[in-house]
Amino acid sequence: MSTPTPASAAAQIQERFGLAATVAGAELGVTLPRERWQEFARFAKDTLGCRYFNWLTAVDYKEQGLEVLARLDNVEQPLALTMRTRLAAGETQCPTLTGVFRGADWMERECYDMFGVRFEGHPDLRRILLGQDWEGHPLRKDYAVDTPQAPYR
Amino acid sequence: MEVKPPVPRIPAPVWSEFKDLQEWEKYHQERADNDKTSEALTSIADAIQHFPGGWIVTTSTEKIFNWARKSSIWPVTFGLACCAIEMMATFASRFDVERFGMVPWASPRHSDLMIVSGTVTIKMAPMLKRIYDQMPDPKWVVSMGSCANSGGPFRHGYHVVKGVDRVVPVDVYVPGCPPTPDSLMYGLLKLQEQVAHFSKTGARPAPVEST
Repeated sequence: MSTPTPASAAAQIQERFGLAATVAGAELGVTLPRERWQEFARFAKDTLGCRYFNWLTAVDYKEQGLEVLARLDNVEQPLALTMRTRLAAGETQCPTLTGVFRGADWMERECYDMFGVRFEGHPDLRRILLGQDWEGHPLRKDYAVDTPQAPYR
Repeated sequence: MEVKPPVPRIPAPVWSEFKDLQEWEKYHQERADNDKTSEALTSIADAIQHFPGGWIVTTSTEKIFNWARKSSIWPVTFGLACCAIEMMATFASRFDVERFGMVPWASPRHSDLMIVSGTVTIKMAPMLKRIYDQMPDPKWVVSMGSCANSGGPFRHGYHVVKGVDRVVPVDVYVPGCPPTPDSLMYGLLKLQEQVAHFSKTGARPAPVEST
């Protein structure tokens, strides 16, 4: 396996997936269809050497749906990969990355907790930070965040 | 865009989750309903109060009791966030609250005062309420710092209680982010003034339920 540079990695992505990756210095950005999410992560880990799963989060674009992002780093080469996928409006299903990266477990639980993204195939999809009886997902834009609380004492 | 109604609610303290000292808690909770001793003492105190000239006895004994109460306030160490560092500094030798008779104590059962120092999250609020319930009457609460007073910089967050007075009744609010040890000591001295004028039983008015 040759050592991947950002340019060669972008070329490999173009060849394998037919997707144009944006290159900015050592950073690559790829927007994927949801079906190829797991396949791309496996490819990035095995072929591009991005073995370090840095973070996973989501962005709420209101009527345009949610976007799930994950960052994979190659710790030997100056190469970092941001993979994005857009979920349709009202859709919360996304494939899990726990089969590829074990560390994605808690990240996906947090993402479920905060955004309500349901990761299909996740071994233990529970809330991780908030209580199990919490209603709603607080980092969604439609969450009633600043409503006054009733005193309960 | 429509904002959905689920409002962050403060959960009630669940006593069954804690298996330690459960008998004691049960006794403590049930005692309030049929506490014959307290009732008898209250009626005796009322009788003396209403006896002609009896107020001389009750007010002077009250003064002695209140002097004793205010001279040995033991705060339970309830540090939640960065304010706890300033609270520790207040307890330490430079500012030395022990000259007011305050001994930081690590058990709510022996304490008279709870200094809520820091951000109270919705997850922590039931525990705070539980520790407050474990303290024997009469008890006082000092809310220390902006977060405990009103939610502070996290007021518009989703998981922070907007002021600890939504959970327990508060006697003294100390502003600051965090308050310096001097501010906290000023608050504690104000609390001592309050305690000096503390009336008979320490019973508090029932909370008003608002929605």
